[in-house]
Amino acid sequence: MNAPLETSSLYDCRDAFVATLEDLAAANESIVAVCNDSVGSSKLAGFREKFPERLINVGIAEQNMVGVAAGLANAGKIPFVCAASPFLTGRALEQIKADIAYSETNVKLVGISSGMAYGELGATHHSIEDFAWIRALPNVPVIAPADRIETASVIKWAAEHQGGCFLRLSRVGVPDLLPENHVFELGCANILRDGSDVTIIANGTLTYRAMMAAAILDKQGISARVINMASVRPIDTQAIVEAAQATGAIITCEEHTIFGGLGSAVAEVVVDESPVPMKRLGVPGIFAPTGSANFLIEEFGMSPSGIADSATKLIMRKK
Amino acid sequence: MNSHDLRLMANKIRRRDVQAVFEAGAGHIGGEMSVIDLLTALYFDIMSVNPDNPNDPKRDRLVLSKGHTALALYIVLSEKGFIAKDEISTFLKPHSRLNGHPNRTKVPGVETNTGPLGHGLPIAVGMAKAAQMNDEPWRTFVITGDGEMQEGSNWEAIMAASQFKLDNLTLIIDHNRLQQGARLVDTNDVAPLRPKLEAFGWAVEEINGHNMDEICSVLAADKVVKGKPKCIVAHTNKGQGISFMSDDVAWHHKVPNEQQYKQAMAELEEASQ
Repeated sequence: MNAPLETSSLYDCRDAFVATLEDLAAANESIVAVCNDSVGSSKLAGFREKFPERLINVGIAEQNMVGVAAGLANAGKIPFVCAASPFLTGRALEQIKADIAYSETNVKLVGISSGMAYGELGATHHSIEDFAWIRALPNVPVIAPADRIETASVIKWAAEHQGGCFLRLSRVGVPDLLPENHVFELGCANILRDGSDVTIIANGTLTYRAMMAAAILDKQGISARVINMASVRPIDTQAIVEAAQATGAIITCEEHTIFGGLGSAVAEVVVDESPVPMKRLGVPGIFAPTGSANFLIEEFGMSPSGIADSATKLIMRKK
Repeated sequence: MNSHDLRLMANKIRRRDVQAVFEAGAGHIGGEMSVIDLLTALYFDIMSVNPDNPNDPKRDRLVLSKGHTALALYIVLSEKGFIAKDEISTFLKPHSRLNGHPNRTKVPGVETNTGPLGHGLPIAVGMAKAAQMNDEPWRTFVITGDGEMQEGSNWEAIMAASQFKLDNLTLIIDHNRLQQGARLVDTNDVAPLRPKLEAFGWAVEEINGHNMDEICSVLAADKVVKGKPKCIVAHTNKGQGISFMSDDVAWHHKVPNEQQYKQAMAELEEASQ
């Protein structure tokens, strides 16, 4: 499909997250929220008002937060751990490995303000390594929804899924992209726009920019396929192989370091299954300078025109 | 089980442990000798668990946070009927489910995969919190090493347990005064533990962690202090029951040679008479 893109209204996906979580919690009393003093930044005030006994705030203590969630899950609760991504994934990484992944615990890790959402606050507050860190672990699907519709669907999926997962949310506004009736399926990519000259694979805050880049390329006579790859692990191998074979070149865009993230995951499949020229756009292995998320995304060549330029150059490498 | 029988059971578990370490050529024998009396009392006197239904939602929970002493837990679970007794001979062998650290997805009766220190207490806080939320009577026990209390994550959990008033939670610190490389006092001395835990709002008791009567008495349900999590500082000896291992840091994970093995077994057998 070549869905029209309306970018005049941008939405904070946290709103879809908490609205869905509150609906699910009303229907299932096993659902609890666990946080690290992050009631405000995770937008959990409404949840706290509706379910005061089911919001477990451990204070500023991320290791304990993840361990407590594992213990709650042991006793049949379905914990949604809500915290800023850099601290959830960085500080508590060993708890995620041992207590969630290795123990196969039914804990939903919800990383808020992922990527460079805290742009100006600096690299300590950027979470541009989380795909790489969590993707290295078995048993914890890694998912970055692209808009509020996909976010709501992913939260519903997570509540049903038996096992852990890492949901990577942003606070930076994105337009509606997926159809209202979209249903997230683990490991399934969505072709948002078909094309034959090059494929752009993106997720999270980059998917709509990829769509805008495809529109720019279209005006240049270049037909770009756009794939929304919310599920980074497991990844949709078939969609990648088909894209490689049909378009002969793949460019990836992510609000993450290019070391170990979406681009790396796609490259692993491409190298193993169907080698074609690739370009990985993202943070190029540095700590980002001061600037807003949107500024930094452009700075690293991921504005719609930046992505289009990279795609044009990539196509020239096709044999 | 009365305390005489509990002592005999602990002695039997010690002998099986020493044999398994000797045969496997690896293990954490010192810390296992240290913790066995506590585990025996929990599983054969205090806790309500059912080997035929290991995931019974109403079971009491034990988290062995000092996961490197998994062998002691495996033997206790085998004596309790969770796994076959002859499976202990597979300890550390290729593809054995009896890994050097316990795995809940493989071994029935294991509650969580421990190994990295400082993980068990936060998980136990989550368990106890769930029981409190559901107004259910089951209890949560967690055993840490004393050196393990150097991990900051434990103190995060200690604060949370107190804030949540988890009087259904019991932390037992296996206080044998030795860590892997040296004595606590020469490394990062967390002792005395009682005033630290009390300052964090816990009810604290100190016992001889090798005296069955003291262990069973202090862990009894009627000793719960309303509104406060409980910490038992169990004074123990690393290598307890074997003269040349006792209180010697070298025996953290040393393996006895044949002569030492025979002597250790002889001493334990004599103690069982």
